[in-house]
This record gives sequence, structure tokens and C-alpha cells, in this order.
Amino acid sequence: MPSATFDQQAVPAEWPHRHLLDLERLTAAEVRLLLDTASLFKEATDGCRRKLAVLAGSTIVNLFFENSTRTKTSFALAARRLGADVVDFSASSSSLSKGESFIDTAKNLEAMGVDAVVVRHATPGTPHLLAQHLGVGVINAGDGPHEHPTQGLLDIFSIRERLGHLAGGGRPGDLAGITVGLVGDIAHSRTARSNLWGLVKLGAKVILCGPPTLVSDRWRELGVEVSHDLDAIVPRCDVLNLLRIQFERQNTRPFPSVREYAHLYAMTRERLKRAKKDLLILAPGPINRGVEVTADVADCPQSLILDQVTNGLAVRMGVLWLTCGPRRAGAAERVSAVAARTA
Amino acid sequence: MATLLIRGGRVIDPAQGIDRVDDVLVRDGLIVSVGHAGGQPLGRADETIDAAGLVVAPGLIDMHVHLREPGREEDETIETGTRAALAGGFTSVACIPNTEPPIDTQAAVEFIHQKAARADTCNVFVVACVSRGREGKELAEIGQLVEAGAVAFSDDGAPVYDAELMRRAFEYCRMFDKPVLAHEEVLELSRGGVMHEGLVSLVLGLTGMPAAAEEVLIGRDIALSEVTGGRLHAMHVSTAGGVALIREAKRRGVRVTAEACPHHFTLTDECLRGFDSNFKMSPPLRTAADVEAIVAGLVDGTIDCIATDHAPHAREKKMLELDRAPFGILGLETAVGLAVTRLIVPGRLGWPRLVEAMSTLPARILGLNRGTLRGGAAADITLIDPNLSWRVDVREFRSKSVNSPFDGWTLQGRAVATIVGGRVKYRLGG
Repeated sequence: MPSATFDQQAVPAEWPHRHLLDLERLTAAEVRLLLDTASLFKEATDGCRRKLAVLAGSTIVNLFFENSTRTKTSFALAARRLGADVVDFSASSSSLSKGESFIDTAKNLEAMGVDAVVVRHATPGTPHLLAQHLGVGVINAGDGPHEHPTQGLLDIFSIRERLGHLAGGGRPGDLAGITVGLVGDIAHSRTARSNLWGLVKLGAKVILCGPPTLVSDRWRELGVEVSHDLDAIVPRCDVLNLLRIQFERQNTRPFPSVREYAHLYAMTRERLKRAKKDLLILAPGPINRGVEVTADVADCPQSLILDQVTNGLAVRMGVLWLTCGPRRAGAAERVSAVAARTA
Repeated sequence: MATLLIRGGRVIDPAQGIDRVDDVLVRDGLIVSVGHAGGQPLGRADETIDAAGLVVAPGLIDMHVHLREPGREEDETIETGTRAALAGGFTSVACIPNTEPPIDTQAAVEFIHQKAARADTCNVFVVACVSRGREGKELAEIGQLVEAGAVAFSDDGAPVYDAELMRRAFEYCRMFDKPVLAHEEVLELSRGGVMHEGLVSLVLGLTGMPAAAEEVLIGRDIALSEVTGGRLHAMHVSTAGGVALIREAKRRGVRVTAEACPHHFTLTDECLRGFDSNFKMSPPLRTAADVEAIVAGLVDGTIDCIATDHAPHAREKKMLELDRAPFGILGLETAVGLAVTRLIVPGRLGWPRLVEAMSTLPARILGLNRGTLRGGAAADITLIDPNLSWRVDVREFRSKSVNSPFDGWTLQGRAVATIVGGRVKYRLGG
């Protein structure tokens, strides 16, 4: 049955930024708005399985300067669920190989009348530069090791779904009292940075864990706990987010061998035994099984790895709506009409 | 006999210990005197400039300028770069030899001199390569380059990486009493870096260039200078640690001098939060503590002089992703304004020390008979309005490039006339 629960009054029609570039510069209220919007879309689409064509007539461009399978697919699927057209534009097939600057490329796309650009790039800040040069919404789908806001949101969304009721004090849906360990290659992880900002804004306690070559003590200057000892932090965590070692971004290897890294930092069955009973395990994928996490742990019941994929759709629908929807003429009426039709 | 009289300005000449309201008389391209010395009748001159309310300084000298010619004329040429220098109040620049080809032969030095003569703007002094082809493998023909007029030696843009070659350069240059101008950077530590390594780079996910990359090589070169007796000039010092090393070396009597750039005493790594490539330069913008150390170094003389590291890049080259955009920032046309605004106005530096840092000492380090208003010296004079408040507008720059992050800034203090060899080569609004 099509969902009948889409309440147009509840759908935010205001997003002050037009873009979604990072979580660092958002307020806690804005992070909540993004998560709440994702919740609405998840419900309204019956767990992201149905279409809700509120962005019919819109065009979204996937502008990926770096390889991606799951994020690109997730954005494309989210856009189609909302009825938008999706155009893929990858660096290898574009004129970038002919020397055109990325700003020129994006301006060309803008001139073709697109509504939002979803951009992934190996260089931090590239989405921010595009946002300065383009008159359309820009959504950061990962800029080097800087941020990956929709990944951070979907991780937090997944945590909130499972643990939101446990969080003590504060607003409903906040994460006060929850301790989240981000483990692994923090230095090169955009997912870690987006998680860090989002979690801290919602009141969670964050522990960054990994070898000093990948987890700088400087993070402490932000009031975040830093640990180089996974065994010491595992019993204290409600959630562990296991981040991939990004071999491709490293100049020199930051640890002697993969074997030694796994010995010190892989989440194993042994370590799981010392954890809280209902510890949640997240991994943003793709995971290196046997490096960050052993296969049995990755597939254990506490693993949210597949929830994350579904929730990624909900978050991206919410983000696409906020960055494109409210600006379209008659958007509110369209939501209302669609809601009525699907009722 | 063409005479020029500059009347009633605040004449500052640290080389003579002069700081008073007085007149300066120029005849045939040379300084005659400050005031009435020599009994000259100052009242009758072919041309008179009223300098009331202005600082009258020996012509400013920027000992670190990238004029880009030959090879990268799309960024700057000797003509456009020296016009920018004049507009910034500089009567002399020393151009750095990381051109294409690099300046490592007598013919190349001669080319610069001829181009500069044709431009007929400010004086251009040539810094030549330390190593042949700037390849860091063997010494360039330093003796012949000195004969051609090279005033110093540098492989800037990159360090002289081979420690033995650097040692030889110090030893060999000593016989000509020429300094080696050193770009201090351990490349393995800064590899892939686009900004200072610190909390900001960590948060932005940008690859950092640690302060240690500069400090380690400053330490090496101080040791090599000490052991050889050669003259080290540390270029664009940007770190508190670098300042401390140089201060300690000077205390021991090592023959080391140093320069700092206006952006390094003005901006911090926080500026990179906007991801604007105009804030990308090497060495990078550091922390507030480093900025304070640079200013303190200028105050106590550890840092001898201010040089701009004027590094023009055509607009399209800077309009790239941060890691693909080249390092560099324009300097010539904002240096005086930044120095006055950042150093004089807050009371950190007095005018005599600023004039020393921008004229007297660069001349002394490069062995030029300039940087003073002594009778008989070349009549290179800069008139500065210390109170003029003005808005930086890159569209008005003489430079061919516009890569300045100071566009739109309001600064205090500006050169209003630049006199080279007794001829007024630049007048604000003229």
C-alpha cells in the first residue's frame, strides 16, 4: 500500500543554507532538522521502498570526480524515489581529462538547468568552491578526507533509531549519555569528521581511537577524547564505528604491517566479548574484512552495516528535498497534492 | 644639472641615524644631502615636491620577488612586476632565479638586466642559482655569475637538498662575500601539503606542512653556515621555532640573516577555512603564536628585513582545486600598507625600524650602495603617506596577476611617490 502518513505540515520547507557542505558549520537544530526530515521520508516511503514524487521535474547531477559505487547509487536511488531525473557525470567521461577546470565543468551543468549537484572530489573544500560559483544547490558527497555529511547523518540516524530512547536528558532524539568510539584511520576519514561533528552537536561522547600516526592528539583541543588503546575503550562504548584504512590516501604507511594493525585495532570476537552486551557496530563500507573488523563480527546481529545502507536512502531523500524542494515554485502544494494522491 | 628638492617631510635614514623633519636635495640622480649640509641653497631646484606629512625614506628594497620572466610571462613580466614594485614604493627588487630557464648563466643574468633597462622602471638586481639548472646537483658558475652582476644565490622554490652541496655553496660564496638565500623545507615532511599542519588542517582534512619541515632545515643550514663561515639568509621565515633558532645562532655570532613576509605577520592558517587558493603559499600561513613570534623577531632584529616573496600566478592557475593550485601570493603592492597597518599602527615597530627592515638592511645584505640618503648615494627615495587609508582593489594592480587575498581590505599607509635615480617613477593618482 502506498503510504498515507505523509504530513505536509511536518515536512520542513525551509533550509537556510541551500547547500549541504559539511556538518561542522551546522547548528544542532539544523542537524536535528536533517535527521527528522529523513525520518519523515523513511516513513512516508514505507522504509524507503516506495516512490514519493515530490521532486518530479527536478534534475539532480551526480558529479563524481572520485570513484564511488555505493554513495553514487544511493543518491541516484534517493533522487528517483522522489521522482527527480538523475544525470551521472564522472570525471573520466568528461572534458576534465582535456584540461577543463572543475568550476567550468560545473557551470556547464548549471547552464543545462539542473537543480542540484551532488559532488564527490578528492580535494577538501571543492564542494564549497562550487557552492560559491554556482546558483544551484550543492551537496557534498565526500571531499577528500574532509567531510561526508550524508554518511555522518546516516550513521547518526542509524544510532538514533536504535538508541535514541536510551539517551538521557535533553531533547528527544538527542544522544546525550551515549558513547561512540570512532576507530581506525581518522586522519584520512571524511566519515569520521562528519560523525564527530554531528555526534558532538547532539550531545554524544566521542572517543577517537587508533595509532598516533592516524589519530592526532591534537583532536583533544576540540574537547574530544583520544585513545590509542582499543581494548581500553571497548567496554565503555555503546557504539563502535569502524573506519576503513585508506591506503590510497597515505604517503607512507602509518603502521608497520596490516597484520600488526589488525592485531591492535581490528574488532574481533574476543574484543566483542568485553563490550557492552548491546554494543552497536557500524562500518561505513567498503570494509576491509580482517583489517578493521573480522568477518564474524561484521555479520553479527549487533552490526548495523545493512541498516546504514537503507537509512542512507532516507537521509539522502531528506537532503535532496531540503536543498531542492522548498525552492521550487509551488513546492508545498506539490507535497500536499502528492500526499493527497497517495492517501 | 637637474635638481629635485623634497621639502618638509619626516626624513628617516637609519643608516645615518636621521629621523627629523627636513629637506632632501637630489642632483643628477644622486643624493646631495639631507638638510642644509654643504651650504647648498635648497630654495632653488628644478623640481620641488612638498612632502609635508609624509615619510621620506631611502627607496624600499624587496629582496625576494618572482618576476617570472623568462618562461612564465603569463603570470608576470619584468616590466609588469617592476611597475607593481614602483606602485608599492619599491625602488629596487631582487628577482629570484626559478624561471624557465633558471638564471644560472651570465647570458641569463644579462637578459634580465637588458629587460629591466628596457622597462626603465625600478632597479632590478639578479639573484642567480646556487646549483646548475637549479637541479641541486652541482654548483652553478658562481664566480662568473658574480662578474655578471648577481648579488646573491638561491635555488628558492625548493631547498638546496644535498647537505654537502649546501656546504660547498657556503664555502664558495664566501670568497665573493655573497649570501646564500635559503628556502628551508624538508620536502619529505611537507609532501602533498597545502597548508600548515595543525588543528585547522586536521579539521579540514587537508594535508599539512609541519613547522618542523622549516625548522629542521634552518637548523641544518645554521650548522653549515657556522662550520664554513658562509652567509646564510633564511628566506620567508614563518615559524616560531625558526625565529628561535635564528635568534640563538645570531647570539653565537653565526653569519645568518633572515626575512619575513607581510602575509606571515598578518594571516593565520584559520584563513584556509574558506578553501580559497589565494591563501595557499609556501611556507604556509601558520598559527597566531607563529605570527606573534615573527612580529617579535622583527621587533628585536632577529628577523632583519621584510621581503614579499611576490609570487604571481595567472588567474586560471589559481582557480583550481586547492591541491592543484600553485603556491604563491602577490606582495609588492600591499607590503607597505600591511606593514604600517600590522606593525606601525599597533605600536609594535617604530618608523625607523620599519625603514631599516625594508631598505637599509636588504641593501646591506645584498651589498648594494643603496638603502640610505647619504650624500653621493643613488637618489632612490620613497615617499609614504603614513595616515592614508585605502582600499585594496586587485583590479588596480600593476601586476599581471591578481592572486592577493587582501582584495577588499582597508589598509593604512601607502607609497605616494617612488623616486628612482632622482626621477619620479611613480606618483599615486598620477
